[in-house]
Amino acid sequence: MAGYRTPLGRARGLGSAKHGVGHFIAQRVSAVALIFLVLWGVDSTLYLSHGGYEEALGWLRSPWHAILAALLIAVASFHMNIGMRVIIEDYIHRAPTKAALLILNLFVAVLVAAAGVFSILKVAFSGGAF
Amino acid sequence: MSDAKGAGQRARPLSPHLQVWRWHLTLACSILHRATGVMLYLGAIVGAVWAFSLASGPDAYGDFLIIIGSIIGKLFLFGLTFSAFYHLANGIRHLAWDMGEGFEPKTADTTAAAALAFGAAATIAVWVIAALTGGL
Repeated sequence: MAGYRTPLGRARGLGSAKHGVGHFIAQRVSAVALIFLVLWGVDSTLYLSHGGYEEALGWLRSPWHAILAALLIAVASFHMNIGMRVIIEDYIHRAPTKAALLILNLFVAVLVAAAGVFSILKVAFSGGAF
Repeated sequence: MSDAKGAGQRARPLSPHLQVWRWHLTLACSILHRATGVMLYLGAIVGAVWAFSLASGPDAYGDFLIIIGSIIGKLFLFGLTFSAFYHLANGIRHLAWDMGEGFEPKTADTTAAAALAFGAAATIAVWVIAALTGGL
């Protein structure tokens, strides 16, 4: 196949895709957001540890609590996906295993974000059970 | 092994392998940053389960509180508290390094100790507050 291609055609696409720093920057920007969101999350968990179902329901119905809780779970999922990706790339060198784990990592992160944000909005909007 | 390889062909140390490095505070902090990151990964899953159980109604939320309030649940939360505070403090060290600051060995040692101290002190403070306010 490659024999039919011109030297220029073979060389194309072998250089930098110019996307090398994308994850690096994304990880740092999400880290800055998480400094504030995690501190708020710890404080909120302390508050929620005093109450049961009704208290948690009432707490999450407050718009700011719902907004910050949804942001925390969404940004945390984003940040942890990149972090775990780096760990997998560092330690797993068999290509099929690495690919499988990277896909699993992505699926877990997206599922955490989807389940978390949907549940928070569900409580915030209706307050009831499914 | 030494027979198969010729003279002068000793097994060379490979770069990031734990066993070839002399243990040092900054090394321990680097590994702990990763370990606490994995712990927080699990914590985020538990956070999503918390929201899902709350949205599922009082029975599901009651089950969640029983599990998280058990000894194992509390041990997990304690580890998670330290992970959050340590990873946060050490993450700020990383942000400083990214701006080219704090690489001098003495500075790196001091900030490593500070991140560990902050993680421990903030964790104890949160659990003392939880105990005093009846949240445990």
